[in-house]
Amino acid sequence: MKHLLSDSLVITKRQVLQLARIPELLIFSTIQPVMFVLLFRFVFGGSISTGQPGGYVQLLMPGIFVQTVAFTLAATASGLAQDMEKGLIDRFRSLPISRGAVVIGRTFGDALLNILVLAVMAAAGFAVGWRPTSGFMRVALGFLFLFAFGYALSWIGIYVGLVVRDARVVQNVGFLVTFPMTFLSNAFAPTTGMPRALQYVAEWNPVSSMVAACRQLFGLKNEFGATASSWPSQHPLETSLLYMILLMAIFIPLSVRKYANTSS
Amino acid sequence: MKTVSAEHLVKSYNKGEVKALDDLSLDVAEGTVLSVLGPNGAGKTTTVRILATLLKPDSGNAHVAGIDVIKHPDKVRELIGLSGQYAAVDETLTGWDNLVMFGRLYHLGKQQSINRANDLLERFSLTDSARRPIKTYSGGMRRRLDLAASLIVQPKVLFLDEPTTGLDPRGRMEMWGVIEELVTGGVTVLLTTQYLEEADQLADEIAVIDHGTVIARGTSDVLKKQVGGERLEITAENQDLAKVQEIIAGISASATHIDGRTVSAPVSTGSSALIQALRALDEASIHPLDIALKRPSLDDVFLSLTGHVAEESLPEPVKKKKRGGK
Repeated sequence: MKHLLSDSLVITKRQVLQLARIPELLIFSTIQPVMFVLLFRFVFGGSISTGQPGGYVQLLMPGIFVQTVAFTLAATASGLAQDMEKGLIDRFRSLPISRGAVVIGRTFGDALLNILVLAVMAAAGFAVGWRPTSGFMRVALGFLFLFAFGYALSWIGIYVGLVVRDARVVQNVGFLVTFPMTFLSNAFAPTTGMPRALQYVAEWNPVSSMVAACRQLFGLKNEFGATASSWPSQHPLETSLLYMILLMAIFIPLSVRKYANTSS
Repeated sequence: MKTVSAEHLVKSYNKGEVKALDDLSLDVAEGTVLSVLGPNGAGKTTTVRILATLLKPDSGNAHVAGIDVIKHPDKVRELIGLSGQYAAVDETLTGWDNLVMFGRLYHLGKQQSINRANDLLERFSLTDSARRPIKTYSGGMRRRLDLAASLIVQPKVLFLDEPTTGLDPRGRMEMWGVIEELVTGGVTVLLTTQYLEEADQLADEIAVIDHGTVIARGTSDVLKKQVGGERLEITAENQDLAKVQEIIAGISASATHIDGRTVSAPVSTGSSALIQALRALDEASIHPLDIALKRPSLDDVFLSLTGHVAEESLPEPVKKKKRGGK
């Protein structure tokens, strides 16, 4: 147990080295979100009237930030599954290292990657007109929320990777989960325009809470959920925090146990 | 006191459908090499995985250096090295990166990890490729690095799971050299292999396993004797093969085996079997290309203990499951 942190950091360092050895990995993990920023900004931005000073891009950016950290779930899962397929996890498990270090180390590595991706996206957003108006502290808090949400989700990724094991299947499962999860929300369009049942799902969707929380923290009125009266729509910050705690409380112990008992 | 021991291991997969280990017991004396020899699906890898703490058996016990593998896996992990088919290294990183990383995971200090990595790279002739990603390595280099990774901390017991499977002959010879050197250093080794030649070359003792249990055990010599002395081998032209087989069947009590143009069978009567065969060939006016009385090879041991020839020609008391892979 006394080596848990240092063992985890060795595993994290391995991921950093991987990025250094294969720079393409880094480029591709940042290109996709930047592409989303540009597409949504220029394809939808002109035709969606939001009544928001500064236009659609102000509402869009929090949505895309959340979507991006949610998508990294699939990368976490497939990276882990790949290590299992190749037998690297077996080698780790034959070493006298702390239980959990291998998966904890990976979540740290993915968190580092998330910081980088968020920074690149913020720059891209800024370039196409995104201007948060709430002041440094609240904007920073918004990014802290995004970072924490990404971290909480990476534990789902760990669990999925450990359970599914096949890297290609994991990649597909990841997108099957994250696509509806991010689009069935207030990220890109108001939930109030959806059929009643979907609206319900969208308003309780953690992604919606996160997007609404970020919009608040970046100084926007929560336009895309403003008329909704459900509790999560009214209290996005609290709801987001609760979701993060809940996810970690479920998936961290589940994943660590699964890792310790995993065998093929 | 045995350094490695497994007692009555049972392990099933898929909710009992596939029985990988069926009451398997074996042990390895300190400083010796035991080779676990068997076809694909015999239970070799499962055995190694249990002993290396990666897998829990359904029942049975296993000890490494007197420590219970199931109850105290953490303590066992400090004493073992694992290398082979399934234990791997990170292919995107360089050889040096990998070894330093594993050093750190064995809780060596930073400088100590670096020194150890450099030593091992030198020892396994990988210094020139130390800074290249592993995916650019040849099969043999990759296996050597894999082995080096299991030697970061001088292990008491080394598990080598099919260390040369998939290597070309040169890679295999190199790997054998490396393993022999290790054995001279006094480490206890449990090695699995599908190659009889490899077991013969490296092992002090051989355990032949099939269908998840040990079916024969002993030194290479003892096993060869167990097969029953010599083999009569006749090589002839294709059109004569049927007749040659008939002749050999008349001499040997066991089944004949055909490999290309060579027909063979175990015989117990030594040179008189040879004379008998020559007479019969002469009577049938067959001129063999080659005729010989051979001491049994490990191949024969294997064939007579697990092989189809032996199984199909002898009445089987118990109907056996179909073996996967072979």
